[in-house]
Amino acid sequence: MSLFLGAMTIGLILSLLALGVYMSFRVFKFPDITAEGSVTFGAAVSAVLLLKGVNPGVSLVAAFAAGALAGAITGILHTKCKINELLAGILVMTALYSVNLHVMGKSNIPLVDAKSTGTVAESLGAWLFGQSTDINWFGWEVSIRDAGMLVSMFAVVAAAAFILLVFFRTNLGTAIRATGDNPQMIRALGVDVDIMMILGLAISNGLIALAGALLAQYQGFADVQMGIGMMVWGLASVIIGEALVGSNKQGLVVTGTIMGSVLFRLLVAIALRWGLNPNDLKLITAVFVFAALVGPTMARSLMKQGGNQSSGRTV
Amino acid sequence: MLEITNIHKTFHPGSINEVFALQDVSLTLSEGDFLIIIGTNGSGKSTLLNAVAGSFITDQGKISLSGQDITKWPEHKRASLIGRVFQNPFSGTAPTMTIAENLSLAARRGKPRGFGWALDKQLQSELRDRIRTLNMGLEDRLGNAIGSLSGGQRQALTLLMASWLKPDLLLLDEHTAALDPKSADQVIRLTKEIVEKDRLTTLMVTHSMQQAVHLGNRIIMMHKGQILHDFKGASRQGIRSEDLLHRFEEVRRREQVDVRVAELLQRMYV
Repeated sequence: MSLFLGAMTIGLILSLLALGVYMSFRVFKFPDITAEGSVTFGAAVSAVLLLKGVNPGVSLVAAFAAGALAGAITGILHTKCKINELLAGILVMTALYSVNLHVMGKSNIPLVDAKSTGTVAESLGAWLFGQSTDINWFGWEVSIRDAGMLVSMFAVVAAAAFILLVFFRTNLGTAIRATGDNPQMIRALGVDVDIMMILGLAISNGLIALAGALLAQYQGFADVQMGIGMMVWGLASVIIGEALVGSNKQGLVVTGTIMGSVLFRLLVAIALRWGLNPNDLKLITAVFVFAALVGPTMARSLMKQGGNQSSGRTV
Repeated sequence: MLEITNIHKTFHPGSINEVFALQDVSLTLSEGDFLIIIGTNGSGKSTLLNAVAGSFITDQGKISLSGQDITKWPEHKRASLIGRVFQNPFSGTAPTMTIAENLSLAARRGKPRGFGWALDKQLQSELRDRIRTLNMGLEDRLGNAIGSLSGGQRQALTLLMASWLKPDLLLLDEHTAALDPKSADQVIRLTKEIVEKDRLTTLMVTHSMQQAVHLGNRIIMMHKGQILHDFKGASRQGIRSEDLLHRFEEVRRREQVDVRVAELLQRMYV
């Protein structure tokens, strides 16, 4: 049961990452690999602050700001310096590796003793479910820390998704969406598309860094390697989410992305339980995303070929 | 109102693909003028429009609009004065966003965009009323993605968007060229209505002589990056499409002569 709860919680945390990837990859069609550095950057900044005794909430805000800075730099490299999208992301991601090491001072920071979101969640759990260390959920013994963590992560993600959806409906938010949809049109309506893209990538990477910070606090350490493969992970969640809701309405897609992230994490947990070698995880994720990207087009062209053959026979 | 003074633009200067797209073009429009630009392919009609819109910065010369020197303004800044409709019906609207959202973007053309609701109640009722005037039944489909509409409908909406906040200058770049004849007629009728209602100063590029003689109060004909003919006032009165076609024929014949003379000279002297 704690495996199940843990998978759900990590799925929720990483849904913030998925929302960030949704913003860059789907809204702007920008394959932003900065994500891999931002995850760690957020984790590093918040971990260091926590060790200094800073309030966990404040450390999360700082993590968001750090990610936003990284995203903005990628945006500036791409729009103002005309560097290719992928290369701009790679440059910032590579630079962040050193920055992260400097921020952390070593490659791994344990957070077991620090007062973190986990501590807050524990007291929330105690407040919600009483003072005992374990509670009974649908016949399962659940530790109060796990339960409190799940509830608080759910609250954080729900709040983030709500704010994002509201933002997408403001004047600024619609201008950002239009920038991804048709830059020529929105430029002709007086919007500086460069600024919109920089801002959008800042928000995207802010969310991703927030996910990194929460992940570090949940698992109890920040590691300089923790960002590897994260962009593809987020992409997989977005793709699963789109398949789940089967619509491109913004509200549904955002909800779907969150569900996709949780579902994906659950599937991974089950596969690991069944004996999947953890070393193969990233390979399988990459193959999955590849299949999801190429599958629909290939299916369509196969169907077309079939159609041509049949029409050929009638002639 | 609009004052274009001696502008030049050369694309790919110094290479084999060098194109003298605009050569010393000057043009002055007064408020309420409706200018039609005609010309052969590659004559610089669209380039002139793009120079005014700010798609590129001109090499030389000056452009001023409503008393402001906009020569060095970037495109998005000029948009506060200029409304624009493109040739491609897909260019003027954001396909995955709804009809209402697209119009709400146009309702803030050139204004700062902050955290206010894009679609407040007042704007929603206003845009329903104004879309109703298009007579396309779109007022009941405000929540539909604009990508699901036909080219004609999208172009009509783009026109409405470009003129939503009365622009100092309206630019129409062959905006019916990609439409079927019926939709083109509809869009031209709408263009006439909108321009006349608000007395908008307008620059319109077209390939249709029909449109050229029936719309506007002045026609210029461009050729090789220069203004070849300028029909205004008395010379614009009573002009027929045959007259314009005749001028095109003249240009064509002169070009042929040029080629023949060049060959002759080559044979004689080279």
